Amino acid sequence: MANDLKQTALHDLHVDLGAKMVPFAGYNMPVQYPMGVLKEHLHTRESAGLFDVGHMGQVFLTAEDGTFETAARALEALVPAAIADLEPGQQRYTQFTNDEGGILDDLMVSRINLPGHEHMLYLVVNAGCKDADYAHLNANLPDDITVSVKDDTLSLVALQGPKAVEIVASLNPAIADLVFMTHGEFELTLPDGTMYAHVSRSGYTGEDGVEISAPHADMKRLVGHLLTQDGVAPIGLGARDSLRLEAGLCLYGNDIDTTTSPIEAGLIWSVQKQRRSGEGYKGAERIANDLKTKTRRLVGIKPEGRAPARAHTDIQDMDGNTIGEVTSGGFGPSVGGPVAMGYVDVPHNKTGTTVQLIVRGKALPATVIKLPFVPHNYFRGE
Amino acid sequence: MKYTESHEWIKLDGDVATVGISDYAAKALGDVVFVELPAVGDDVDAGGELAVVESVKAASEVYAPIAGEVTEINEALEGAPETVNAAPTGDGWFVKMTVTDKSALDALMDDAAYTEYCAGL
Repeated sequence: MANDLKQTALHDLHVDLGAKMVPFAGYNMPVQYPMGVLKEHLHTRESAGLFDVGHMGQVFLTAEDGTFETAARALEALVPAAIADLEPGQQRYTQFTNDEGGILDDLMVSRINLPGHEHMLYLVVNAGCKDADYAHLNANLPDDITVSVKDDTLSLVALQGPKAVEIVASLNPAIADLVFMTHGEFELTLPDGTMYAHVSRSGYTGEDGVEISAPHADMKRLVGHLLTQDGVAPIGLGARDSLRLEAGLCLYGNDIDTTTSPIEAGLIWSVQKQRRSGEGYKGAERIANDLKTKTRRLVGIKPEGRAPARAHTDIQDMDGNTIGEVTSGGFGPSVGGPVAMGYVDVPHNKTGTTVQLIVRGKALPATVIKLPFVPHNYFRGE
Repeated sequence: MKYTESHEWIKLDGDVATVGISDYAAKALGDVVFVELPAVGDDVDAGGELAVVESVKAASEVYAPIAGEVTEINEALEGAPETVNAAPTGDGWFVKMTVTDKSALDALMDDAAYTEYCAGL
């Protein structure tokens, strides 16, 4: 095992649970447990799957003048999402864009909901990009914004699936009142005492569920307790990938990167209307332009038959002309067959278009579909 | 039954050999979701690509332990690829093939040698 790999605070627990550990984004991470990827995936859709995502970056932004407005306006210069209109307890998905409107990373931005801390922004970024993200923030935010990285003190886990919220709400009933993309600070009552955690109703599986941030020592207590609860199973990175692919959610490095714009990637919903004018943040012109001039779009692709089409598979029209490339592809356990996402040149991106995928030299028929493959089960309120 | 270093098994019965992947390989791959088999009549070289086995996560190649001609493929794997995990050295076989040179089998590992080989990985 390479000894330069980092570990999350839950590393020893994964090993004790029999996980197969693999290098991922500089960390030694569980790719699967003895249950196996297929069953872990299905378990998450039916019950509750526990994911260690402590390799991701957690960072707080605060303005010297102590106002939310100053911090929010500063961040808005780096992302296409509206930040200044966030209410305490609200969160948004967005991207760090480069000057060309490509994507440096995608992230969650939250406005803290705790008296005396409502001026603070909390960001969760990808593990593989986080060092570059921190450098990007430090280089591009004004001097009066403090960038406070908490990776050394905070763990992060996700509990996902139809039973996830019920299980976490048994530690504090108020958690059940959160709706999708909201969050708060909660006291959790564990058998060995209480702890505080940041809990958001969000995730990366398409299912209802929560993401929980807490100091390392408290997180070990919480995870130890959650694993004793009926319906909870630990889930590795393998099923995390198949779950997010079925849910049509982008993976940075596969489906989005420095060459793809948020509009091409189908992320227009994450660019609020007041931010589509072509100015106000890095690459804003490209985003405005891509809204008008359609070149290619990220779409869902359903291969016929059973053969999966992996990333970088050539996508052709029925005359054999290349019209795109698969960016994520594999087997969808809930779909019961192969699923893929990829960029397709306009107008071939229209739902229902028949295309062919070149897998090991053979042309396999496939259809452009509207994402997601599996309907989202988010809780948006009664 | 004989084994290769790339974790295929081969079993000779008269003039026909049956080929599949080992228990060790099936466990390492995880849940098999698709198997691409050659066509009956294909000639394969020793060490040449024989099949592709796909798990949820990745595709892996399966190599011919010896040279010969494919005479039968396990069509049941098309509808039930999970048989490879359930019975890798039984119902989860991949192909039957002729054997060009039976002495080529002597160079492969027997049960004891393969068990030792896997223990060292």
